[in-house]
Amino acid sequence: MKVVLKNLTKRFPNHKKNAPDVVAVDHFNFEIPDGKLIGLLGPSGCGKSTTLNLICGLLKPSEGSIYFGEEDVTNLAPEHRGVGMVFQSYALYPHLTVRQNIIFPLENLKGAQKLTKEEMAKKALQAAKLVQIEELMDRKPAELSGGQQQRVAIARALVKTPKVLLLDEPLSNLDARLRLQTREEIRRIQKETKLTTIFVTHDQEEAMSISDYIVVMKDGILQQIGKPQDVYDDPANLFVAKFLGTPPINLFHGKVTDGMLYIGMEPVLAVSGVENQAVTVGIRPEGFVPDEEGPLSCTLKNVEVMGRDVSVVSTHEFMIGAGIRSIIDADVKIDVAKSTVRFRLKPHKVLLFSTDTEKRIPFTTQVSHA
Amino acid sequence: MEKNNHKGWLYLIPALVFLGVFMLYPLIDVFIYSFEEGYNSASMTYYGVGLYNYSYVLRDPYFLQALKNTFLLVIITVPLSTGLALLISVALSSIQKLKNLYQTIFFLPYVTNTLAVGLVFMILFKKTAYSDGLINLLIEAFGGSAVDFMEGPYWAKMTVLCIYTIWIVLPFKILILTSALASVNPVYYNAARVDGTSAFRIFRKITLPLISPTVFYLFVTGFIGAFKAYSDAVALFGVNLNVAGMNTMVGYVYDMLYGNSGGYPSYASAAAIILFAIVLTITCINLLVSKKHVHY
Repeated sequence: MKVVLKNLTKRFPNHKKNAPDVVAVDHFNFEIPDGKLIGLLGPSGCGKSTTLNLICGLLKPSEGSIYFGEEDVTNLAPEHRGVGMVFQSYALYPHLTVRQNIIFPLENLKGAQKLTKEEMAKKALQAAKLVQIEELMDRKPAELSGGQQQRVAIARALVKTPKVLLLDEPLSNLDARLRLQTREEIRRIQKETKLTTIFVTHDQEEAMSISDYIVVMKDGILQQIGKPQDVYDDPANLFVAKFLGTPPINLFHGKVTDGMLYIGMEPVLAVSGVENQAVTVGIRPEGFVPDEEGPLSCTLKNVEVMGRDVSVVSTHEFMIGAGIRSIIDADVKIDVAKSTVRFRLKPHKVLLFSTDTEKRIPFTTQVSHA
Repeated sequence: MEKNNHKGWLYLIPALVFLGVFMLYPLIDVFIYSFEEGYNSASMTYYGVGLYNYSYVLRDPYFLQALKNTFLLVIITVPLSTGLALLISVALSSIQKLKNLYQTIFFLPYVTNTLAVGLVFMILFKKTAYSDGLINLLIEAFGGSAVDFMEGPYWAKMTVLCIYTIWIVLPFKILILTSALASVNPVYYNAARVDGTSAFRIFRKITLPLISPTVFYLFVTGFIGAFKAYSDAVALFGVNLNVAGMNTMVGYVYDMLYGNSGGYPSYASAAAIILFAIVLTITCINLLVSKKHVHY
């Protein structure tokens, strides 16, 4: 089932009198293809959860509409939309056993959809098997670990075979290790059920690692939507570039003069197709190559060995932020005794942004270090 | 653990001293009096030891009347007041406008003096030479005939006493239940809504189990409170409760000690012990029942 958002807007009245409404979701337009896993990504308070609640039906949009397939569900109550929702705190009913929790949605069915006790038990067991909790069926939620509770919540959301599965910060209550495990688990379940799945997260790594598409949001405004790698390589603006990637992108004040990009006085990269202007230069940590002859000279601060690769911390007069962190191959030896380190740059890891609009400035390049 | 035991007792001493002097010692004393025949608190003498006090009390028609009144009061008012309080609390927590105003109104009886409330009830129910009272006027308006609620038939007086008791205990129960309802995490309701649960089923399957400890607490304290009822009856029917036929068990104990026909600490003690035994039994039954139906 594909999900289409058209002009979707949600305003909340401001608590202060005579203040303008708070726009949590601002004219969203996007289409989520059938059977894909989508990550709604953005910093806290950017409207991700509001978007999810709008899709789910717990909130009514102020404007715009939502389609599931061809059907307009904007004014449908949550129970008629056929959505399964996993809440951030799981919302398992504490007084019911796992089995009762999973069966609960089935017991609400009325009329022709009504199931017999045996059918319910069968469906519950199916859902439990899918998330591998069938041996925990008679426990109460309090007797389960966070990861197990998470699975029960997913089973409960799946038992009614929803058209769309929604997950609100599904991993935020788990410890780091369980998080890795569970996100693969979610991926597996999604692949097995082929359900259109939308999940909300503020953790870019989480979103990048399992999503088919990511939707980056900021202050209720859609920034970019695309495949994780595409969004990472080709961010629409400075915010998206900064938000994606660990370690984060390194930023410099720079300028473009006659097809050459300067950071300070150093010409670092030939860029064509860019007018002469001041720019914000973003360089991904993996875009630095140590080179004695390289054009960019930085003051070496520290070298952190991480085994597989090495993280070089340095500073530069024209950098924005506290330091430059570059990741280089462990085979390349850096002389720690030296006070400066010189880099040449991988052109496709260098991104230019307008200093005032923060929009991306595209450029073409030839290999420049001849 | 062993080592700290002395210290633990030391910390408990203040509480133990107070409980011992003001609770345990009188309790044991009352227990002893109840077996001493014809105990005189002035001379501190008695004739003999035995079960005579109990057999006297249990055959005293006034005591049996008080027992019946108290049981009726408990059985009628505790479930009714708890149910009503639950209804009002749920209604209160589902409205937005004027919520605070209603909360204040419902809480007012709690801060009102029992006797003042009694006076108001008199005006509502009492039939005098000049007026039949407001309630009777209402009954007549609907085509019924006036009833003398304060001095008339037993059921009429019992009705007034029950209404009065329910009205008096309601505010506290509403207060407790409203806060219990407010403490239910709204995410459960959201989850239930997404699953298409009807409002009634949400209440029965989610809200009620989640607040069941509070409801149970109100039941237990309600039972105990109703068994100990006395001032309510006095406020309505005056101190000559035996004559009015509206005495309660605590009232009987009081009358045996200080009333016009009083001065019998032995009988009073026996009656008090019987009351204690009844309350203890009922509370134990409550606890047993709660194991099945209360979710913690």
